[in-house]
Order: sequence, then C-alpha cells, then structure tokens
Amino acid sequence: MNAISLTLASSLVLISIFISYYQNLSIEREIVVGTIRAVIQLTIVGYILHYIFAANNFFFTLTMVTVMIIVAGNNAAKRGRGIPGVFYYITVSIAVGTAITLAILILFGTVHFRPQEVIPVAGMIIGNSMISSGLTVSRLKDEMKNRTLEIQTALALGASARQAVQKILKISLKTGMMPTIDGMKTLGIVQLPGMMTGLILGGVDPINAVKYQIMVTFMLASTVAISCFCVTFLTYKEFFTPYHQLKAGVK
Amino acid sequence: MDKINSIKMERVSFKSGGEDILKNINVEFEAGYIHTLIGPSGAGKSTLIKLINRLIDPTEGRVLINGIDINNFDVINLRRKIGMVFQQAHLFDGTVSDNIKYGPLLMGEKNIDVKYYLNIVGLEESFQNKNVSNLSGGEQQRISIARTLANRPEVILLDEPTSALDPTSTQLIEELILQLKNKLNLTFIWITHNMEQAKRVGDFTYLVVGGELVDCGRTGELFENPRKEITRLFIDGKLTGGKSK
Ligand SMILES: Nc1ncnc2c1ncn2[C@@H]1O[C@H](COP(=O)(O)OP(=O)(O)OP(=O)(O)O)[C@@H](O)[C@H]1O
Ligand SMILES: [Mg+2]
Repeated sequence: MNAISLTLASSLVLISIFISYYQNLSIEREIVVGTIRAVIQLTIVGYILHYIFAANNFFFTLTMVTVMIIVAGNNAAKRGRGIPGVFYYITVSIAVGTAITLAILILFGTVHFRPQEVIPVAGMIIGNSMISSGLTVSRLKDEMKNRTLEIQTALALGASARQAVQKILKISLKTGMMPTIDGMKTLGIVQLPGMMTGLILGGVDPINAVKYQIMVTFMLASTVAISCFCVTFLTYKEFFTPYHQLKAGVK
Repeated sequence: MDKINSIKMERVSFKSGGEDILKNINVEFEAGYIHTLIGPSGAGKSTLIKLINRLIDPTEGRVLINGIDINNFDVINLRRKIGMVFQQAHLFDGTVSDNIKYGPLLMGEKNIDVKYYLNIVGLEESFQNKNVSNLSGGEQQRISIARTLANRPEVILLDEPTSALDPTSTQLIEELILQLKNKLNLTFIWITHNMEQAKRVGDFTYLVVGGELVDCGRTGELFENPRKEITRLFIDGKLTGGKSK
C-alpha cells in the first residue's frame, strides 16, 4: 500500500462527515477528532512497536503489555463507575486473565517470547478481556441496584453476602462471557477475525491461518472466563460491609 | 445465643447522607408480645426494625439483646433467631418447597418438613411443588412467613406484611400471627399503617414521628386514652409532616 492510495482511502471519512452534516447528526466534530486521534495514535504506536521489535528486550515488551493492561482497565472501569476500587479490580482481573493465558501459550511453545508475537497476541487477549470485564461489572452494578429486595430477603434469612448474590454473580459472569461464546459460533462465517485476515493478507496459506485462529479462539475463551470470574468475585464485596449488610452508598 | 428475653435500644441514632433518620431512640421490647409500630410515612419505622437484625447498624448508641450488645453475636446466627418479613414478599425462583427450605439449607440442614410449615400458615400440602410464579399476593406472603419460620426464629420483624393484601388475606395473616404468638410463644415487632390492625393485634404500641419515638404504651391505653397531644393528632389522622427534618 503506498502513500497515495492511503490518502485516497482517507477520503472515505468525508462520506461519514457528509452524512452527519446532511442528516443533522452534528457529530462532524467528533468524526474529525476521532479520525485525527486514530491517525496520531496509530502512528505513534507504529513507531514505538518498530523500536520495541528492533530492541527485542524482555523488559520493554513487558512494559508495553503492562501499559496495554492499564489502559484497558481504565477504559473498562468506566462501566462500573461508582464502585469503589473498580479500576483496580478490573485491571487486576485483566492482568490475571492475560498472564495465565500468555503463560500457557509460551510454556507450550505456541507463542514465543518475542515482541513480534507477544504484543499482538496480548493485544487481542487484553482487548477481549476489557470488553467482557466491562460488561460484567456494568451488569453486576445494575443487578445489585435492581435486586435490593431480593438481597435483603436473603440476608434476613441468614444468607451470607456471597450466598445472597449467588444468582447475580452468575448472571454477571454469563453476561461478560456471552459475546465471546457467541463470537465462537459464527467465527469465520460472519466475520473473519483480525488475526486470520492479517495472516491471509500477508500471504499465509488460509489453512495455516485457520490453525492460528483456532488457537486464538481458545485462548480468548479462557482469558475472558478468567477475567470475568475474577472481576465478579473481587467487585461484589464492595457492595457489602463485613457484617453482611448492603452498603447504602454504592449505587 | 440464649433465649431472647428482651431487645433494647439505648440512645440509638441513625444518620444517612447527613440526614438524621432516627434520633436518640430508647426503647425495650419484651419477649412474648406483639409490639406494633405506627407513625407517618418516612418516620423511620423500617429503619428502626432493620437495626434489630443488623441489616443496618446505628451510627450512635447500642442495640442490646438480654443486655448484651448485638455486635457480640454472630450476625448470621442473629438473623436466624430474629426473622424478618417484608411488605412485598420476595420469593426466590423455583417451587414453594425450594423457598421454605432456603434458610435451613444455608446451614446444611436437609431434612425440612415442608408440609409442617405449609400447615402452620394454612396452606394445602399440594402447594409444595407449585412454582412461585403462579401464586396470589396473600399466598406469597404466607409462604414468605413459612420460609421465615423454617429458620425457627424466636422473634419476627414484620414490615407492613399486609398492606399490599386484600381484606380477606389480611385477616388470615392477622389470625396466623396471633396463633404463632400463642402456640409457639413467638415475639413480633410489627409495623403497620392500619390503626385498626394495631388495635386488634398489638399488646404494646409505639409511635414514631420524624425519627423519634414520641409515645409508647399498652395498645388499649395508647389508643383509647392518649396522654400526648401528638398521639391524639396522629390517631385522628390530623398529623402532618411526619418526615424527619
Ligand atoms: N439508606 C438510606 N439512605 C438515606 N435515606 C434513607 C435510607 N433509608 C431510608 N431513608 C430515609 O429515611 C427516612 C425513613 O425511612 P423509613 O423507610 O424508615 O420510613 P418508614 O417509617 O418505614 O416509612 P413508610 O411508612 O413509608 O415505610 C425516609 O425519609 C427515607 O427516605
Ligand atoms: Mg417502611
């Protein structure tokens, strides 16, 4: 892809600006800002990755992955606004899910600890983890609010906080995991996932690309399960006092 | 935990969000009676009884059982001894039997005589396998009482248990509670908006207004011969502005 074709492709953005203007959506400004941000971010990341790949340094790679996790945690935490410590809990959950999955992949030799492999794989893992743990806390928050009577009833019957929210934890966990599971069902038919597309564009035989994709799918399922599990069990405690009382303040 | 003889509040206050919801409550509920709590909406009645099973804790003062601060008891154990029935019965998804077994199962008790509890609350044995989604309001409330009884409590806190029910169901529940008091020697602390109900069932009555306990006494005396002006006004339905300032 040369510079001219890239510039021409950019004119596609003009179409969305035109539609926004024509339909009075008044999001032209946001489209422009979004576009500029995307270009700047991608360019900077491109240069950083270029440097990290060239340096092939354990510490740099790890730092990059850590930064990705923190940014993802910060973003997902917005879904659980109002819950004390939610950023911390989500970030830890994403980190745990990512660490376990990456460790298994590296241990089994499926992925080598080279920045070229670790960073893109970690990116996929963290991205999915971010979305699913965000969904999980947001559902948890809603259910806690809507089911106050149910929780109080259970507590009044001698249930511990954990027992009183058993069902809510299940629902939240399921909500976070469902998109990944649904994605597995239509994988390759409705969407050709990024990694597979990339490999095919890069000239890899589709059969080989599929092998990679199968690995990625399994690993995403595991990561999402771990992250969602961690985030529900870490976060629900914030809604209770140590004496199995609902805190009034958490909304 | 010994048998409960008395529940006492000493200088109890409850604040939330900078607001005084309960102010300096001093009261003692003696076991073996029905205590009715009356007062305007928002006066703090529900808040007051939640302090007794520790769904909330006071910001000041203490709640005592047999003279011992309730913080000394295990909270789960306390809630099993002091059950609570809410205005809106919330039944857990599943069958009637699942609901009645809920409390005991939490403690690992598996042999629960569901029929016995259905019988106490005046429901047919055939109810045990019914799904809770097909029940009338009155039936739901009776099952929620049966579910509370299955924990074998000594005291039951009732937060307007009949205010969502029709007159027939209300009468059934009143009779049921009176029976439970007499047969099982249970103690009840019963919030009601219905003055006639308080007169019918209460041994002692307490009037809460604006977060304060403004009057209390034997139910008959309180209603027939109120000593205080505020009580007279409330009984006559002439008291306005009951909410805490
Ligand atoms: N957790 C809470 N945080 C803040 N305010 C609360 C809380 N719980 C109750 N309140 C307020 O405290 C006051 C007393 O509430 P409470 O439910 O105890 O009144 P009540 O006497 O039971 O009223 P009703 O007869 O309507 O049930 C109300 O003004 C209510 O809005
Ligand atoms: Mg109330």
